Amino acid sequence: MNAPVGSLRVTVAIAMTVQAIEFRDVTFARAGGPPALDRVSLAVESGEVLALVGRSGAGKSTLLKLINRLLEPDTGAVVVEGRDTREWEPIRLRRRVGYVLQDVGLFPHMSIADNVAVVPRLESWPAARIDARVGELLELVGLPPRQFAARWPDELSGGQRQRVGVARALAVDPPVLLMDEPFGALDPLTRVELHREFRRIQDRVRKTVIIVTHDMGEAFALGGRVGVLDAGRLVAVDRPDVVARSNDARVRQLLDALPALPRHA
Amino acid sequence: MPNLIAFWSSHRAELGALVGQHVLLVAGSTLAAVALGVPLGVFAARRPRLAAPLMAVASIVQTVPSLAMFGFLLPVPVVGGVGARAAVVVLILYGLLPIVRTTIAGLRGIDPAIREAGVAMGMTPRELLRQVELPLALPSILAGVRVAAVVGVGSATIAAAIGAGGLGEYIYRGLSMVDTTVILAGAVPAAALALVVDGALLWFERRLSARRRSRSRRAVVAAAAAVAAVVLLTSGVAAGRRGGAVVVGSKNFTEQLVLGELLAQTVERGAGVPVDRRLNLGGTLICERALLTGDIDLYVEYTGTALTAVFHQPVATDSATVLNTVRELYARSGRALLSPLGFNNTFAILVRGADARARGLRTIDDAARESPRLRAGFGYEFVGRPDGYPGLAAAYGLHFQNPPRVMDLTLSYRALASGQVDLIAGDATAGFIKGLDLYQLEDTRRYFPPYDAAIVARSATLLRYPEVRVALERLTGRISAADMRAMNYAADVEHQDIPTVARNFLATFWP
Repeated sequence: MNAPVGSLRVTVAIAMTVQAIEFRDVTFARAGGPPALDRVSLAVESGEVLALVGRSGAGKSTLLKLINRLLEPDTGAVVVEGRDTREWEPIRLRRRVGYVLQDVGLFPHMSIADNVAVVPRLESWPAARIDARVGELLELVGLPPRQFAARWPDELSGGQRQRVGVARALAVDPPVLLMDEPFGALDPLTRVELHREFRRIQDRVRKTVIIVTHDMGEAFALGGRVGVLDAGRLVAVDRPDVVARSNDARVRQLLDALPALPRHA
Repeated sequence: MPNLIAFWSSHRAELGALVGQHVLLVAGSTLAAVALGVPLGVFAARRPRLAAPLMAVASIVQTVPSLAMFGFLLPVPVVGGVGARAAVVVLILYGLLPIVRTTIAGLRGIDPAIREAGVAMGMTPRELLRQVELPLALPSILAGVRVAAVVGVGSATIAAAIGAGGLGEYIYRGLSMVDTTVILAGAVPAAALALVVDGALLWFERRLSARRRSRSRRAVVAAAAAVAAVVLLTSGVAAGRRGGAVVVGSKNFTEQLVLGELLAQTVERGAGVPVDRRLNLGGTLICERALLTGDIDLYVEYTGTALTAVFHQPVATDSATVLNTVRELYARSGRALLSPLGFNNTFAILVRGADARARGLRTIDDAARESPRLRAGFGYEFVGRPDGYPGLAAAYGLHFQNPPRVMDLTLSYRALASGQVDLIAGDATAGFIKGLDLYQLEDTRRYFPPYDAAIVARSATLLRYPEVRVALERLTGRISAADMRAMNYAADVEHQDIPTVARNFLATFWP
């Protein structure tokens, strides 16, 4: 009777130590271009929120796409849950990695409920379970299903669409969530509101999250750690208060764009 | 207009059947074009290097005139030949271009971010296609289907030339009878059908682009049910060829229609075998092919035509020699030429009766002298064949003012009577000669070979139904040139119903 308990303990111990996502000296270049990512090494632990900051073209989106194998590294390796992405079956990998896109990418021909239900349906969940899950997720992101389930993407505001995007990415409860400029196109008030919502949701679901933004303020507001990308190089990864004190010129440039320093530290 | 309504009400059952055949032809071929064209479009949209050549081929196919397309397909096994099957093949080929094109356009018009979202969510290419790409491309694809269906309604009228039925039957029949009422009887419903199809699919397209999922699903179900209902309704109507029936064919002019009907009634009455009528086939070569492939079992051919047009033998002038040669050639390919029916339908060089009297034209020699002042008009066949115009011109030294105008044979009688041309080559048995006061010039140099009418039948059919042969032999030597001219006159000029004309004639010697 002891054996199962013991093996469970071992499993938990391994899960604690295994990095959810790891970049090992990864270089990636678009055909003929300069490297979009240049020798990047990075480890993200389970349940942590990493915010990646950088200007447009710094390689942020590329980094995300290497995680769900929309792209493959030229050299080095990207390891998700202890396995090289090239060893993952891409479809399985992508269904374990929720992805919230820059421009949301809701399917315009599907209702809100159907959009959220896409991956559960791909996974052939029974209809009753899908309905229950969709209702639960819409509640979670603050869109009461009775009011929103039957509506259409083009009837929603930008902020509401973004919430649907998050619900959709969380549908099959993937351990990893990638968010590419999720709040970029929103007005400042809505953005602050969604930051609050994000932290509330993350407190409940405890995902491993990588969130990409060009706004250092947003990175400080959301990230447990903050990474700075510049021209394909990862020039800093650390706690927000440490990054805020950085003397690196490339980091300072982004910091100087902020109206005020955060109250962290 | 009152004529037209009277015609429709007296041909109600036939009109219904023809509309049914027409709808079935278009519905069947459009559905098949969708089944082929959408996958082809999907394939091409993913491989841009293939798309361009594919579209080029499809465009070229579409520029081939439909009548020529039927001609190309005649000798092709399985898909070719005569009848609805070949017509459907041609209609499918025409329908492919718009469907492939709009499928490609619809797929390429999809926002790449939407597609990337699907991939990132872990859709397989197949799931992406079915759940995202095709639904988003659907309005565009439907626009292509609408074009294909409307073009199909038009092209299907031409299918009557190869015996596929449909509203084109009235158009062809009307052309060969030079009767606008009959032409309109086919053309008006065809046009109406095109408008209805266009309107219905446009409505459907709008419903879809309104893009309410639940409702559009219902619309898909409704449309599928409607298509199924149409198919069920019309397949009953169009189930033409019965299992044990003998198929009688004919070419597409009045005399052939009368003879085809005569043959059909003779077989029905004399042998008690059911008959399937494939009348109005578009010309000698189509009848010949159909007989070879077994699409028809018998029709009436003329010995001179068989000799030159079917068997490509040099022209001969002795009628017994021609008959024996042709009979032997047919026998080699499993066909039997029965004894001649009695009349010789040679070419007749015709002028207006008034001209003949005023200018003293009596023979073709007289016309040759006058030829620099005459305008000639000839049918397509006469201009092309070796025993037609080129030989005639050489034999008599004809030198017309202008090259002869080429026109439909039956229209040329009207053209002559109304003074648009001065000399034509018609049939010696044409009812118009009597009806329009035309004069047949004498062939003093015996240029034209004999064209004795005789039944040609598949030997296998005659062996299987000996009683059919016995019945057909009742017609041997029974139809004189005067009889034939009178029957053509009754049908062409007096507009008598062709089955009635045939029945009345049979009654004169077979009470």
